[in-house]
Amino acid sequence: MIELEGIEKRFVVRVKTGRLRRERREVMAVAGISFSIEPGAMVGYVGPNGAGKSTTVKMLTGILVPSAGRLRVGGLDPPRQRIELARRIGVVFGQRSQLWWDLPLADSFDLLRHIYRVPERRHRENLDRFTQTLALDDFLSTPVRQLSLGQRMRGELTAALLHDPEIVFLDEPTIGLDVVAKAAVREFLAEVNRERGVTVLLTTHDLADIERLCSRLLIIDHGRLIWDGGLDELKRRYGQERTMIVDLEEAAPPLDVPGARVVRVDGPRQWLSFRRDETSAAELTAAVAARSHLVDLAIEETEIEEIVRRIYATGATPPVS
Amino acid sequence: MRLYFELARRGYRRYSAYPAATVAGLFTNIFFGLLLAYILLAVYAETDEIGGYDVRDAIAYVWISQGLFSVVAIFGPSWFDLAIRVRSGDVATDLQRPLDLQLSTLAQDVGRAWYQLFFRAIPQFVLGAIIFEITIPNEAGRWLLFAVSIALAIPVSFGIRFMLNLCSFWLLDHRGPTLLALALNNVLSGMIVPLAFFPGSLDTLARLLPFASMLQAPIDIYVGEPIGGNAATALTLQVGWAVALYLMGRMMLAAGTRKLVLQGG
Amino acid sequence: MADLRALAAVYVRLVASRIRAHLEYPVSFSLQLVGTALLTLIDFVAIAVIFVNVPELGEWTVGEVALLYALATISFALTDLAIGHLDLFPQMIRDGTFDQILVRPLPSLLQVVTMDFAPRRIGKVIQGVVVLVLALVLLDVDWTVARALAIPLAIAAGAIIYASVWVALATIAFWIVDAIEVVNAFTYGGSFLSQYPIGIFARWLQGLVVFVVPLAFVAYFPALYVLGKDDALGLPQALSFASPLVAVLAALVAGAVWRNAVRHYRSAGG
Repeated sequence: MIELEGIEKRFVVRVKTGRLRRERREVMAVAGISFSIEPGAMVGYVGPNGAGKSTTVKMLTGILVPSAGRLRVGGLDPPRQRIELARRIGVVFGQRSQLWWDLPLADSFDLLRHIYRVPERRHRENLDRFTQTLALDDFLSTPVRQLSLGQRMRGELTAALLHDPEIVFLDEPTIGLDVVAKAAVREFLAEVNRERGVTVLLTTHDLADIERLCSRLLIIDHGRLIWDGGLDELKRRYGQERTMIVDLEEAAPPLDVPGARVVRVDGPRQWLSFRRDETSAAELTAAVAARSHLVDLAIEETEIEEIVRRIYATGATPPVS
Repeated sequence: MRLYFELARRGYRRYSAYPAATVAGLFTNIFFGLLLAYILLAVYAETDEIGGYDVRDAIAYVWISQGLFSVVAIFGPSWFDLAIRVRSGDVATDLQRPLDLQLSTLAQDVGRAWYQLFFRAIPQFVLGAIIFEITIPNEAGRWLLFAVSIALAIPVSFGIRFMLNLCSFWLLDHRGPTLLALALNNVLSGMIVPLAFFPGSLDTLARLLPFASMLQAPIDIYVGEPIGGNAATALTLQVGWAVALYLMGRMMLAAGTRKLVLQGG
Repeated sequence: MADLRALAAVYVRLVASRIRAHLEYPVSFSLQLVGTALLTLIDFVAIAVIFVNVPELGEWTVGEVALLYALATISFALTDLAIGHLDLFPQMIRDGTFDQILVRPLPSLLQVVTMDFAPRRIGKVIQGVVVLVLALVLLDVDWTVARALAIPLAIAAGAIIYASVWVALATIAFWIVDAIEVVNAFTYGGSFLSQYPIGIFARWLQGLVVFVVPLAFVAYFPALYVLGKDDALGLPQALSFASPLVAVLAALVAGAVWRNAVRHYRSAGG
């Protein structure tokens, strides 16, 4: 469904060097990326800010033209066949809206129906289905600018799917949402992928999105693909470390517990680092409680940035998947 | 005192940081200057003198006014900064500072005006003098009074803009009064045509209003046709308006501050 | 072609939507209309004041100049009504709205043009019509059917010419971000200068507005025809019929400029 081969994107940036002069510098936002995604897959696309995620997605959706490489989306050549491709894809940008700001939500759907030339009946069916699944009834006639973020995001997802696209590109769809809303969105996406066979490329910073939805994960950093494989595999190799933050009754010297080491102390609070495959959270909690007056604790997972850093640190090359 | 100088410097730098925008603005003014000059040339093909202005006066008028627009800030993006701050409530932090809001904003405005005097008004004027035949006074005294008048025009303009911005304390949308002020300004400051072109009584009335003190007054002095026959009257009017607008601005600010405090903003 | 039908359907809905929204507050809307009309009328004050002092401007009488003003103003107001939102185009590029447009299955220019509609700007149209009526009352036109048709035709052609110039200038936003004020100079300046008899401007400026940026065809040449005036700037008198053709050409050029600019945007990056 999606095929990239040696895709590169070069930008020319003007940098100020002195009061009046500007230097032309070339930035490689994407430095040779290749992967392919088969129809019906739901793949996560992850990486630190500035890694080249948005640039890749912009190329896949026809917004930007690659500097080099071969690109096929749905069998089409995005830069050359932008409009044809646009009919078959749906896009949700987390920070931006595709809805009409001061019109009621229902009006936006109606306008989109005409833009994508969806037959009336099919549009009706889809809209009814999504209204039910996402509980849109309450705010269909509210102007978009008055919607809460969660409501708006549900509207965006509907808008992206109303015309039965084959591929959907989601950019940070759960950003800023509360826990309940996030769960609802994830459920919805899983269902859509399962029932309609929509291919999904999900760009996100939220690892929990990936965990829930994607079996496959692409990690990009500095314009290069540094991981293409399963999430479990990734965790096994690099995501073993977790951090338990314990709040003791009062400040104490660093705890000495088997299976963990203290990496930071701040008054009564201590940070313990432990490996998933060596110690379970339950074991560690028991061990800490036995050795101190434990008031509260929290567990932090490894951030994607941390994983990326670690991949670089161990000098791993992108695995062939 | 030192602080206000710093503020003026900041106002200056805000504009000197965007040379491209300055050039673009200069370009705009030159373009309009040309259009208006040609129109006036056509007008003066039919007559020798209007309201005491001959053709060289009129063309000088057009070029100087285009140049002074930016100095006196008749338009411009800086118009609504304060209004935006009022509406968002950010102004509360400003009011808590030990600096007087009105004076500090004025200081920044002076900095801005200074920059635009050198990089918009003067190039504009020089260009006009080269391309067309315009009046150039040869008495140093007149130049001096001209400079003083420009200096006085700035606080007058500031006074009006300050009050317009403060309207945001009471109105949701500053666009209404702004549009009205802009429209009045267009006509009454002598921007479109010299006020001298207006029939007698309208002319006199217009020159008494503050808008005329922003633009028409300095140019009148330059051209040698100040209201009441001598520069003193024009300058006195300017001073009067500057003070009056300052006081009105102070009252408005006090009222607005009270409202803010009451609302717990 | 089916694409255009889809776009037309969307546009009609959008326009209807906007008008409906305004009509919900009839009093406020009427006030806005009147306010805008009065404010724009002030532009005419300059002309009126000139004619208080002199009988003619470059051999054009007050009625004749009023006709010029009316044609130019109504055309410009119609353009402003339809694509006035182009003022915000640089912002659209900055905040990624344009990317959103590129992801839709419609040509980008058509989307941008049909993105908004501002009913309150109808006030400016009304003002222009008032001056037009005034002009026709003051003038003693030798009316024929052709002449009568020439006026709405000139207005339509004029609006398209203004729109083409505006679109072409707006594409500057793809290349430069800061100097956007220049665009305003040319759009509003252009509208301003087409209100006056072109003959009063310097030769080079005349050439510019006839051959490069065809503003002379918005009001001046059509007015020559309606008035039966013989003042074609030293060019063939037949040009007074050329406005519709010029409008089509201008639109084509604007389209080409736009396509080129978008191509640059897509290569050089968001």
